[in-house]
Amino acid sequence: MTGFLIRRIGLLVITLLITSAVIFLLTQVLPGDTARLVLGRDARPEAIAQFRAENGLDLPLPMQYVNWLTRFVTGDWGTAFTVGNAPIRPLVLERLGNSLKLAIMTGLFSVPISILLGVIAGLRENKRTDVIISVFTLSVVGLPEFVTGLILINTLALGLDWFPTASSPPGADILDWFRQLTLPALSATFVLMAYIVRMTRAGVVDELKKPYVRTAALKGLSYRTVIVRHVLRNALLPTITVIALSFGWMVGGLIVIENVFNYPGLGRLMTGAVERKDLPLLQASVMMVIFFFASANLIADLLYGLLNPRIRLE
Amino acid sequence: MSGKPVIQVRDLTLEYKLKSGWTPAIRDISLTVYEGQIHGLVGESGSGKSTLALGLMRYMAANARITAGTILFDGQDITHLPQNELRKLWGKHISLVPQDALAALNPSLKIGQQIAEIVRLHEGISSAEAHARAVEMLNQVRIPDPEQVSRRYAHQISGGQQQRVTIAMALIARPKLLILDEPTTSLDVTTQASIIELVRDLMRERNAAALYVSHDLGVVAQLCDHVTVLYGGEVMATAPVVPLFTRPIHPYTISLLASLPRHTQATETRLRTIEGAAPALDMRTTGCAFAARCPAALDKCHAARPPLEDVGEGPDRYVRCHRWREIADGTLVIETAPGQTQGDSAPLPGHVLKAHDLNKTFNVSGMFELLTEKERTGVRALNDVSISIRARSTLGVVGESGSGKTTLARAIIGLEPADDGTIDLMNQAISLNLNGRTRDELRQMQMIFQNPNDSLNPYRTVGDALARTIKRLSPDLTRDAVRARVLSLLEAVRLTPDYANRFPNELSGGEKQRVGIARAFAAQPSLVIADEPTSALDVSVQAVILNLLKDLRAREGVSYLFISHDLRAVSYLADWIVVMYLGQIVEVGDADQVYALPSHPYTEALLSALPTPDPTVNHMPIVLEGDPPSPRNLPTGCPFHTRCPRKIGKICETDAPPWQDAGGDHAIRCHIPADELLAIQSKGAP
Amino acid sequence: MAATNPPATPVPAPSIVSRGWRAVRGAFSEIARRPLSLIGLVLVVFFIVLALLAPVIAPYNFDQIIRGAARQAPSAEHVFGTDMLGRDIFSRVVYGSREILAIPAATTALSLIFGASIGLFIGFRGGWVDSIISRVLDALLSIPALLLALVMLATVGSSPGGIIAVIVLLYTPIVARVTRSSVLSVRSTGYVEAARLRGESLGYILFQELLPAVLPALIVEGALRFSYAIFLTASLGFLGLGVQPPSPDWGRMVNEARDSFRITPWSLWFPTGAIALLIIGVNLLSDGLRRIFRREGQGL
Repeated sequence: MTGFLIRRIGLLVITLLITSAVIFLLTQVLPGDTARLVLGRDARPEAIAQFRAENGLDLPLPMQYVNWLTRFVTGDWGTAFTVGNAPIRPLVLERLGNSLKLAIMTGLFSVPISILLGVIAGLRENKRTDVIISVFTLSVVGLPEFVTGLILINTLALGLDWFPTASSPPGADILDWFRQLTLPALSATFVLMAYIVRMTRAGVVDELKKPYVRTAALKGLSYRTVIVRHVLRNALLPTITVIALSFGWMVGGLIVIENVFNYPGLGRLMTGAVERKDLPLLQASVMMVIFFFASANLIADLLYGLLNPRIRLE
Repeated sequence: MSGKPVIQVRDLTLEYKLKSGWTPAIRDISLTVYEGQIHGLVGESGSGKSTLALGLMRYMAANARITAGTILFDGQDITHLPQNELRKLWGKHISLVPQDALAALNPSLKIGQQIAEIVRLHEGISSAEAHARAVEMLNQVRIPDPEQVSRRYAHQISGGQQQRVTIAMALIARPKLLILDEPTTSLDVTTQASIIELVRDLMRERNAAALYVSHDLGVVAQLCDHVTVLYGGEVMATAPVVPLFTRPIHPYTISLLASLPRHTQATETRLRTIEGAAPALDMRTTGCAFAARCPAALDKCHAARPPLEDVGEGPDRYVRCHRWREIADGTLVIETAPGQTQGDSAPLPGHVLKAHDLNKTFNVSGMFELLTEKERTGVRALNDVSISIRARSTLGVVGESGSGKTTLARAIIGLEPADDGTIDLMNQAISLNLNGRTRDELRQMQMIFQNPNDSLNPYRTVGDALARTIKRLSPDLTRDAVRARVLSLLEAVRLTPDYANRFPNELSGGEKQRVGIARAFAAQPSLVIADEPTSALDVSVQAVILNLLKDLRAREGVSYLFISHDLRAVSYLADWIVVMYLGQIVEVGDADQVYALPSHPYTEALLSALPTPDPTVNHMPIVLEGDPPSPRNLPTGCPFHTRCPRKIGKICETDAPPWQDAGGDHAIRCHIPADELLAIQSKGAP
Repeated sequence: MAATNPPATPVPAPSIVSRGWRAVRGAFSEIARRPLSLIGLVLVVFFIVLALLAPVIAPYNFDQIIRGAARQAPSAEHVFGTDMLGRDIFSRVVYGSREILAIPAATTALSLIFGASIGLFIGFRGGWVDSIISRVLDALLSIPALLLALVMLATVGSSPGGIIAVIVLLYTPIVARVTRSSVLSVRSTGYVEAARLRGESLGYILFQELLPAVLPALIVEGALRFSYAIFLTASLGFLGLGVQPPSPDWGRMVNEARDSFRITPWSLWFPTGAIALLIIGVNLLSDGLRRIFRREGQGL
């Protein structure tokens, strides 16, 4: 188990190194002269040279990367010049917290219903129920978040006035969570559902074809027992990975949703940073998201390993 | 038969819904299995034997239905019993031992739980009690340390043990009828021997009825009391085991028995074969199902279906043939004596290939693998293996799974290069790696693959596949010469010229394998490596392929390296035999020497484990203890010492055994000198 | 099966190409037999026709500001109404179908070409080359798609070329991984090994022996990529990172219409509806293709 954990964490570190290098290259090297970007077009050459020296921009690329990474790992994330030179770290962490609240709400909505629909569709493969679920997930649910989000706002918020059109982070009150987060979480749920239902259905369909299902049926077990005790145990294993992957997917999806609902999460922060070309802020936010995504994958791997006896954790 | 009937099937017809409509898979089947009887159900693939076995439990695919006949189980008509009533029978009174044990066990439930849930369901006992019963049952199927095994998962135990677990599951509720669906097909011969012994003993103890489905005539002859032969979804013959094998009266049974490969002294003999292939489900005719391939078919055989007739030798012998009376009284004789190959096939002096000290370890390498893979120890697949193949002769390599025989073939052909060692082709050293070999070296050595279904590119016609190989390896040939060669190759493997335009999905398994053979011979090689070329084929087709290989050796003057787990097929074809165990050669000699004593104790066990297709031969296999050790963790000293019934002591565990000269080219790697080995083995089994 | 009347000499057999076409025709007739897939096909073809014939169908140019016609509700003159500036929304939607189809089509084609080549190579080659490249691909995949697109477009800037480059970079690893796993199952088949044994070149083995076998998986993946690319392109447009004004981008049209929703609600409805219809069509079609090719298993 420890060995497995160490190897997986090693893998996580490698992944993070590669992705951070990609992000570094994209944000630090491609945009050209950061000094000019920060100091403005009319900055004097001496000021630029001084800025470059101070910020290590005159060093060779790998050195710049190491410096950048060291600063980032030690918590020195710099300041956001677009947000009144506010320190980046508390800002990003606060917004991340808001996004996580939304992500949790989405998870609570989407995971149980998706698994249920996926299992039903799989058990009734190619029957009418399956076709209805498939059409539902492929059409209504497969739309971009901004489409479903706008439809929800126009009906449930503007039409019926049940929810606010723009959401803000909820407090401790449970009702407040529902009031603020139902609409954005619902539009994220729609997108996730398409994916999770499809994967769950495939898992069930594949598993039902395996010979051990016949063995179980020929023991005289009832249909219910065969499905619950024998089939779902195996069929839902891949779904765990799918859910973790959709956590990462969600982070991408939330960028759009937070914009639709004007929700102050990490996604909004990032689009703002993109619009105003605040690269340090963008770097920090992106690295945070990637870290979360990669960790979710790690947790999925561990869970999968723990629940699946075929993967040995020695 | 003495006991009372447990299951009686009368005129059962079961149909499948295919694209072309409802098509019978089995027709007019009648069959009775009595208490205390093991009833063998024999047939080739497509004969309907599995459909019948599951159908009489009323377990059918969603697109299947019973259209005629009755099934009486223990006197009760279950032909139309509703599902919830069937569930009370399944597992309790009728149970199934499935074919592929690993796939048939739930991968994520502990073995003990999977066994215990049966008695919990049917007998309503507590889980602690059920667990105790499960452990006790594991003990009865002779699993060592049953308590421990009950807490494991299926993938954590060996193939033989997995099959024992399925037997334990089937027997725990003391069913009246046990259906065994090819339970030993995926197992090694030595493991098969121990499973057969177990089934025989358990059935004798319990006085239950058993239906044993198999394609292996040897297993059926040794295990069963009564045998039913299926062909094309119909019963061809049913009889007690002794008369069925000693005095067969159906042309199919006669031909099938004649087509079994056996050890022969003369290299020129050919097996009798059944030409053609079994008809597909929707291609069956109105006449006798076997008429199209029958050597004695008359016009009426094609026109009308013969009835299942009582032979009149006791109550239980029936046959479905228009001409059985002529066969029974000797006026019609179906030729069974082996034929002769044409051409000279005596080995020539000199060697085609010599491989010296080949080693191969499958290593886990690279930083990323070390981070991700669980296993880090290498698998020692070949351990100083040396072989030589003489011109125009066949070297057979025998061994069970994990012996390294396939690795040896792939190392020599270069697909999986050896780590070290040397290979000389026509007395010239060649690269171990395929990529380092010249075109002429490639041309000299070609290969026939195991699985005919993936040995041909599905998007290419047979003619394209052959022509491409000829052009690549003999680039000087003209277009016309290539075309002529394609036609002559097809003729050599007994296919008509129009096969050149066919795609692989239009061919049967045997036909695909013939094309695979033609491709190996395309550019006139001197050595053809055949890796289990018949193991994926039916018995009757297997004989055709073995004959073809013999004919081609004489015609083209090639040598073979013939890899097989089937000692009979090897000894039928091979002049010299090498026996491998865990990556090492343990015995070499010519075919007669290896077949005769003295033998390496492993060879001795292997030979004795082969079930003879003759129920009158008293078959006493040497049952090896335990499972083969993991090739990751080879035993010290002699690799066979952990299971060797002839082990002499500590020296076997500590020292690598020397080669013992057993006369001529025959050598045995054992601590026991050859003459002593001969003396103790002559006295019989240990 | 018995041979029926063998002809004396072989007649030329259909080539791999014509066999491939037969299979494609077969797939089409399969689709026609599935009502839902047929709806999908009809929708997709409808939008393709719309895009091709945009100048003929659209009554106005997409950026033409019609004087005195701002903020008009749908009417016979302007079937989808006009926006705040007085541009004909129907014409903008029709012209917008060009980008929303062209960009995903280009990205799908390119990522199939790159991804399949990489996947074929590493799947066949195996060993350390495979493990290093696979690891890099996995790492790229661990960056959420929209996020990477956001970062890249922020630095490269938005242009059709930039958007295509970004999406190709995102999808190539996915296609490569799908191809690789299909290759693994055919790499050690007899016919591929037979090709090695007759000394075929790497290119021949990859593209003549392996490619046909992985083609069904590639078609399914291509349809899926196309659908996701439309999704992504529309989302980028909505975030203001799509093709820049004045060319009409459905996503951006939706975003702009949000602000004026209370005044011209129709300017939100129609582009939203167009996106929804197109995506539903592509999803239904790609689901149909997936079911057809998965079921046949063996390939074309």
